[in-house]
Amino acid sequence: MSTNGNQGDPGKLMGGTPLGTVVGGSLSEGVEVKLNDDASVEDIPVGSYVVIQGETKRFFGMVNEVKLAATDPRLRTTPANLSDPFVAEVLSGTAAYGTITVRPRLLLPMIAGSDAELAPARTVPAHFARASKASDADVAQVFGVEDDRHFAVGTPLDMEAVVCLDLKAFVERSNGVFGKSGTGKSFLTRLLLIGVLQSRLSSLLIFDMHDEYGWAGSDAERGRQVKGLKQLFPAQVAVFALDAEKSMGRPVKPDVMVEIGYGDIEPEDIMVLRETLNISEVAAESSYSLERHFGKGKWLKAFLELEGRDAIFELANDININTSALASFHSRLTNRFARLPFLVEKPAQDSVQALMDQLDKGNHVVLEFGRYGDDVPAYMLVANLLTRRIYARYRDRQMTETAEKGKSTTPLSIVIEEAHRFLSPAVASQSTFGIIAREMRKYNVTLLVVDQRPSGIDPEVMSQIATKVCCLLDDDRDVDAVMTGTSGSRELRSVLAGLESRQQALIFGNAVPIPVAVRIRDYGTADSYDSLMRVASHRSAKKSSSSTVPSESASSVRGEPVEPQASAGRKDDEDELFG
Amino acid sequence: METTSTGFMAQCYELYGAPALGSLVRVGDPAVYAVVHNVTTAALDLGRRVMARGASEATEEAVYNNNPQIARLLATHIEALVVGHGVGEATKYRLPSSPPRIHAFVYCCDASEVAAFTDGLDYLHLLTSASTPAIDEVIAANLRLAAESHSDPDAFRIRAGKALAAELAGDIARLNAILRGIA
Repeated sequence: MSTNGNQGDPGKLMGGTPLGTVVGGSLSEGVEVKLNDDASVEDIPVGSYVVIQGETKRFFGMVNEVKLAATDPRLRTTPANLSDPFVAEVLSGTAAYGTITVRPRLLLPMIAGSDAELAPARTVPAHFARASKASDADVAQVFGVEDDRHFAVGTPLDMEAVVCLDLKAFVERSNGVFGKSGTGKSFLTRLLLIGVLQSRLSSLLIFDMHDEYGWAGSDAERGRQVKGLKQLFPAQVAVFALDAEKSMGRPVKPDVMVEIGYGDIEPEDIMVLRETLNISEVAAESSYSLERHFGKGKWLKAFLELEGRDAIFELANDININTSALASFHSRLTNRFARLPFLVEKPAQDSVQALMDQLDKGNHVVLEFGRYGDDVPAYMLVANLLTRRIYARYRDRQMTETAEKGKSTTPLSIVIEEAHRFLSPAVASQSTFGIIAREMRKYNVTLLVVDQRPSGIDPEVMSQIATKVCCLLDDDRDVDAVMTGTSGSRELRSVLAGLESRQQALIFGNAVPIPVAVRIRDYGTADSYDSLMRVASHRSAKKSSSSTVPSESASSVRGEPVEPQASAGRKDDEDELFG
Repeated sequence: METTSTGFMAQCYELYGAPALGSLVRVGDPAVYAVVHNVTTAALDLGRRVMARGASEATEEAVYNNNPQIARLLATHIEALVVGHGVGEATKYRLPSSPPRIHAFVYCCDASEVAAFTDGLDYLHLLTSASTPAIDEVIAANLRLAAESHSDPDAFRIRAGKALAAELAGDIARLNAILRGIA
């Protein structure tokens, strides 16, 4: 029998649990679904997926609001005798009921499981259309299944289905991983990198601030060490390191020890550090005068070698700069750079060339900062300097190749942490990262920014971030920054606010058809490595004929001494990992 | 004794022999079902008032025994609201096209008939929309009695309660009053 017109057999057409009936709403605000007697609001979290079976279309949407309502407003002021369980049971779902608001986002094929393309929803289901929870099959239809182009990142919060990222869309543009400290950004980034790496759709250059990605990372929550990219993909990943002392203490040596020549540092690199080093604009701009005075490639060394106030005063007069500004600039730079052992007068090898060699071979490079990862200016200096030069090469090459053959180079994704320091409104216009974020897609270079303070990033840069992966953010300004320009941001805010502080993230943007809150897949156990490597071995079998897996070790290219294991043991490593 | 499309009045063969308030009765063939909403016992001759008797009697029963004419001069009537009728094997929860006839026999429904009729609860609409006095008490009484004829009385009460909640969606006070009567 039917008590309120909601019952019957609404689940018959769909796989998921019946929820209720559409009773009103709009496309912009979402349609209102009155819940069936047996559907409790407590079981329907904001952000969960709902399928609504219209007369001629199936709508896939997301719950963006859950409400309690009553047929009679007097129920609020004179509640019934709810101490009587009979009365409570009768009233729940009838006189007092729940509603959810569902924003239709996609149209699914009428026949579940068919291969028809998904289309964006531009209308709403009719009155009394039946809504049900999306089944695992519905979710799989929306997010695809794991294959060459799709990487499984996790499962929706209240489901078992797998959520896959469209890696091709992901690597085409700049992306961001955001979340407050301790929410698992590195953990998540590592997984995303593994996905990109397996897909071979893009090369990666990772500025690994805290040594999380190269050889091994840490899983703070479980207090264990997890494998880095080098352990999983020894043949495809080259580890570059800045901190010789730390790197030498572990079983496998880095492929390249990076040294930076003073001559490589340009005034632009100093300009980027202006905010971080708290240098006045006048002082920072004096680096251009210094370059003119001492000569390109020599100015920094010559400036740092100045001793005594008299010499600085004399120089200030010569180049017409405020003396105290120059003196403070000198002391800041000396304090910061004079004690960095990787800054040398004449580097043993050209690190940029070594990097390019690796990238050209289709390899991926992790630059580990070791102890210098805690030294933000050092991290910024190196990241900016290397990126600037790589950017120049990619730009030149892309322009030449496009002109000559009409083909493009392998895309490159550059991963930076503490991104707001490179991309703050004051710096973004000058830093190479700002340029890349704004326009380098056409030169096949994109960014993957990892940051805990997205509000510190220039809004213009944020608007170019195509796929955003957000762990929990508390600060309203950070949430605003992440949500700016996103449709349906109000509903996404409530989803974001409801995330747990670890292993959960909201993903929205290019790489997913609709925003999705996911429980991130496990990483760090033997099983998790196995499941990742199964996909990798499947892909490598399919692509072996066309791949560019290097046959030489990274270091041997440059003639750098290398651990025998690093090259000879690779095949064995792979065999062992791939089972 | 008197019939309309929405209800009828019947005289009981025995004084005080009326079915309980709220009980389901059946009349005629094809059956018309109705719920007893009022029971009246009064003088048969409405022009003659009943006199008080038994001032010297010890018990009420002795009054009747010593005045056997009372049973002849008084009569018990029931009034019932039509809530449905049979069409072939089916039961329709709406008014019949014509009311029961005068002198038609009225029967109390047995438990199986009550269970079968109250399996559907659409008749509650006819009851809740009736304007007879104390109809809410009648509804509560009807559902209490009906529950006893179902194999799972609690489940029936909840089902009926929810059906009532849908009928009385805008009148939570009335709904509460009836629910208190069912519980």
